Amino acid sequence: MSFSKAMRFNKFVYGLLAVAMIGLSAGVQAAGGGGGLHDSVGNDVADTASLQRGVGNYVNYCMGCHSMQYVRYNSIGEDLGLTDEQLINNLMFSAEKTTDLMTIAMPPESAEQWFGQAPPDLSLIARSRGADYLYNFLRGFYLDESSPTGVNNLLLPNASMPHVLWELQGTQRAIFDEVEYAPDVTRVEFVGFEQVTPGKLTPEEYDMFVRDLVNFLDYAGAPEQLERTYLGIWVILFLLVFLFFSYLLKNEIWKDIK
Amino acid sequence: MSADEGLSRRHFLAVATSVTGGVGIALTAVPFLSSWKPSARAQAAGAPVEVDISKLESGALLRVEWRGKPVWVLRRSQVMLDRIEDNTYDLRDPDSNDSDQPPYAKNEFRAIKPDVLVLIANCTHLGCVPTDRFEVAPADLGPNWVGGFFCPCHGSKFDLSGRVFAGVPAPTNLSVPQYRFADDNLIIVGENSGAAG
Amino acid sequence: MSNVKSNGGRGEQLLAWIDERFPLSKMIKEHATEYYASKNFNFWYVFGVLAMVVLIIQLITGIFLTMNYKPSADDAFASVEYIMRDVQWGWLIRYMHSTGASAFFIVIYLHMFRAMLYGSYKKPRELLWLIGMVIYVALMAEGFLGYLLPWGQMSYWGAQVIISLFGAIPYVGDPLVEWIRGDFFISDITLNRFFALHVIAVPLALCMLVIMHILALHETGSNNPDGIEIKNNKGPDGIPVDGVAFHPYLTAKDLVAINIFLIAFCSVVFFAPEMGGYFLEHANFEPANSLKTPEHIAPVWYFTPFYAILRAVPDKLGGVVLMGGAIVVLFFLPWLDRCEVKSIRYRGWTYKFALACFAVSFLALGWLGLLPAEGVYTLLARIFTIIYFGFFLLMPFYTAREKTKPVPDRVVYHK
Repeated sequence: MSFSKAMRFNKFVYGLLAVAMIGLSAGVQAAGGGGGLHDSVGNDVADTASLQRGVGNYVNYCMGCHSMQYVRYNSIGEDLGLTDEQLINNLMFSAEKTTDLMTIAMPPESAEQWFGQAPPDLSLIARSRGADYLYNFLRGFYLDESSPTGVNNLLLPNASMPHVLWELQGTQRAIFDEVEYAPDVTRVEFVGFEQVTPGKLTPEEYDMFVRDLVNFLDYAGAPEQLERTYLGIWVILFLLVFLFFSYLLKNEIWKDIK
Repeated sequence: MSADEGLSRRHFLAVATSVTGGVGIALTAVPFLSSWKPSARAQAAGAPVEVDISKLESGALLRVEWRGKPVWVLRRSQVMLDRIEDNTYDLRDPDSNDSDQPPYAKNEFRAIKPDVLVLIANCTHLGCVPTDRFEVAPADLGPNWVGGFFCPCHGSKFDLSGRVFAGVPAPTNLSVPQYRFADDNLIIVGENSGAAG
Repeated sequence: MSNVKSNGGRGEQLLAWIDERFPLSKMIKEHATEYYASKNFNFWYVFGVLAMVVLIIQLITGIFLTMNYKPSADDAFASVEYIMRDVQWGWLIRYMHSTGASAFFIVIYLHMFRAMLYGSYKKPRELLWLIGMVIYVALMAEGFLGYLLPWGQMSYWGAQVIISLFGAIPYVGDPLVEWIRGDFFISDITLNRFFALHVIAVPLALCMLVIMHILALHETGSNNPDGIEIKNNKGPDGIPVDGVAFHPYLTAKDLVAINIFLIAFCSVVFFAPEMGGYFLEHANFEPANSLKTPEHIAPVWYFTPFYAILRAVPDKLGGVVLMGGAIVVLFFLPWLDRCEVKSIRYRGWTYKFALACFAVSFLALGWLGLLPAEGVYTLLARIFTIIYFGFFLLMPFYTAREKTKPVPDRVVYHK
C-alpha cells in the first residue's frame, strides 16, 4: 500500500476519534439536568459591588445558621476591597479579630435538634451544587401546609430549611399540572409560581438580592478564581513565546536532516 | 544563507530558547518557594495580642505568648529604675547598638514608658527562657547582683532592662518586640508604635 | 551547538575527573547524544516524553502538598481547603496535581494507542510493553489511592465501591476487604494507609519502573511509524542511516511538544480546573459522609471504561472478573497478534478495522461509565464490552492470515 493510503487511513482513525469525542460530550449534556427550575443566575465574580452586597446579605440572613468555616473575614476584605473598619462594623457580629474564620456559635447538636439536620457549612456550596442551583433554590420556596415549616422547595423537596427570606420575597404558590406522558400514566409537572402576598422587595429586586448572594457564594467557593484567570493569561502568553523560540530552534536544527 | 549565518541563527535560537526555559523554571519555582511562607492561618495566629496591664503591680512580671514566644511585661518600680540609671554592671552593649529592638525602645530603659518593660523572653544565646531574679545579692549570683534576669541554660546574665553582661555567652541584649500603647493600661504586642512615647 | 571539547579547560578537567569515577559521559552518549531513533517520528511519538513531564509535575506538586495535607479523617478535608485558601499559592499547587492526574491518563492512553498503531509491542519489544503495562497498573493504583485523600463524598464512595470489588472473590473476599480497609468501614485507618501508599510506595515503584522502561527501550531501540528496525540498515560509520541522535534532534522536537502540552495543561489549571466536573467532581466538595451516598456515583473519567464493563455484567463475580480481564488481556497483546508486520501503514484492512472498533468501544465504554446504568445504556455497554474483548480474543485468528502490504527498506520521511 502506498504512503498516501496510509495517511488516508490515519485520517479515518482521527475522524472516528473525533466523532466519538463529540458523541461523548453530547451524551454527557443530555444526561445532565432534571425537573424543576432551570434559570441561569448569570452572576459575575468580577463584579465587586455585587460581591459586597452579597456578603452583606450573607452575614445578615444566612450566617445565623450557616457557617463559612474556611473563609477568613480579612481575606474577604482584601478581595472585595473592604477596610478592616468596614469589616468590623458591617460584617463581624460575633468574631473578635479580622483574621478569624467565619464560624458560628450554634453547636451542631442543638442545630440538629431544631432543624432535623444541622445546617451545612456554605464555604463550598457553590462548588458542590453550582450557582444556578442555589439561585433557583432560593427562589423556589412555595407555600405547603403539609410541611412543618409551612413551605416546601421545588429544587429540594421536603427541605428542612425554612424560607428565611420570605419577608423579602413575600409568599408564593406553586402551580402544578397533571400531564399524561404515556397512555394512562400521568405525572405532576411544575407550571409556574403565583405570588400570594407581596414582600418588601419587588420580584426583580428579590432576584437581584439572590443573585448577589449567590455571587458571593460562588466567590467564596473558589476565592482564588479572579487571581487565577488573570495570572493564567500571562502564563499562556509566556508559554507561547517559549513555543515560538523552541519551534524555530527545532526547525533550524532539523535542517541537518535530509 | 551562508553556513556562518546558519550557525549564528542556530546559536541565537538555542540561547533564546534556553533563556526562556530558564526564566520559566525560575518563575515556576516562585509559587513553590512562597508556599513555605507563613500561611494565612499562621498569620492569623501570629496576629498582635492585647495585654491588659491595669492590674499589674509595681515590680511584678506578666507572661504572655505572642507568635509562639514568651513575652514578658514588667512593671518596674522606682527602685528598679534607679538601679538601671546608676548602673553598676559591666554591660556588653549598654546603648543597644547591636541589639534587636524597635527604634522607640532604643534607650537605657529599652521601653516606650520607662516603668513598663516589654521583652521577648528568649535568651539571645540559644533561645532558653531566662528566669527573673529581682532579689539583691543572692548566694548563686554573687554580692554585686542588684536584680535582673539569669539564663539557667548557660549562665547568661541581663540587667533590669534586659541588657546583656560582658563575659557571658549571650551576644546581644534580650529583644524587644514591636508594641504600642492603645491606652495607658492596654499594650498591643506585635503592632508598631507610631511615636516614641 | 555543542563545543564542550574545544572549550577545554576546567570544564573538561572536571568531566574527566567525574568520568574516572562515574560513567557520566558514557551515559550521556548512550542515552542522548548517541542514542539513535528514527527520523520520521510523528506526533504520536511525543507522549512518552510528555508522560515523563507529567510524572515530574506530579512528584514535585505532590511533595509540596504533603507539607500541608493531614491524612486523618477529621482533618483531611479541612486541610485541603487550608491548602486552597490559606497556604500561599496552595491553590496552584493543588490544581496542578489534580489536573496532572487526569493529564497523566490522557497521555498514557495515547502512548499506549501509539504502540497499538505501530506494533511497538511486537518482537523484540515484548518486555518493554510488559513493563509499560505494569506502569499503567501502578498508575491506576496511584490514581485510586490518591482520590481518597481529599476525603470528599466522591473520594469516600468511590473507594467504597472499588474496595468492595475485592469482596467478589470467592472465600477470601470479605476478609480481604476488611484487611484492605483495616476497619469495618472506610475510616481514618484506611485513609492513613492509602496516604502512605500514595506518597511513598507506589511513586517509588513507578520511578523504578520508568527507569526500567527507558532502559528496555534503549536496549531494543525505538520503533517508528513504519515499523522498520533502523538498526538493520547502518551506514559505514555504524550509525543507522535512518536514525537521528536523540539529542539535539529529538530533544528539540520534544521541547515543542512539551510546550504545546504545557499550554493545554495550564489552560485547564488556570481557566477550568474542575473541567466541568470531570477532573474534580462536584460532589467531592462535600466532606465524606459514611451514612449518605451521593445521588449519582461515577468514578473519575479515566476508570470509566472498566467501570462500564463491570456494570455490564449482571453478576458480581462475573463483573469483577471481566473488568480485571479487560486489563489483563492487554498484557498478552504481543502474543495475541500473529502478524509479522508492525505498522498499521502496511497492515491489512482486518486489523485496521479491528483497531478502529477497539478505539470506538473504549471511548464509548468510557462515556457509558459516566452515565447511570439503566435501560439502553446497559445494552450499549454490553455490546461494546463484547467488541472490546472481541478485538483481543479474536486477534490470533484475524491477524494470522492478514493480507499485508510490502514494508519498505527505508523509513518514509518527507522533509
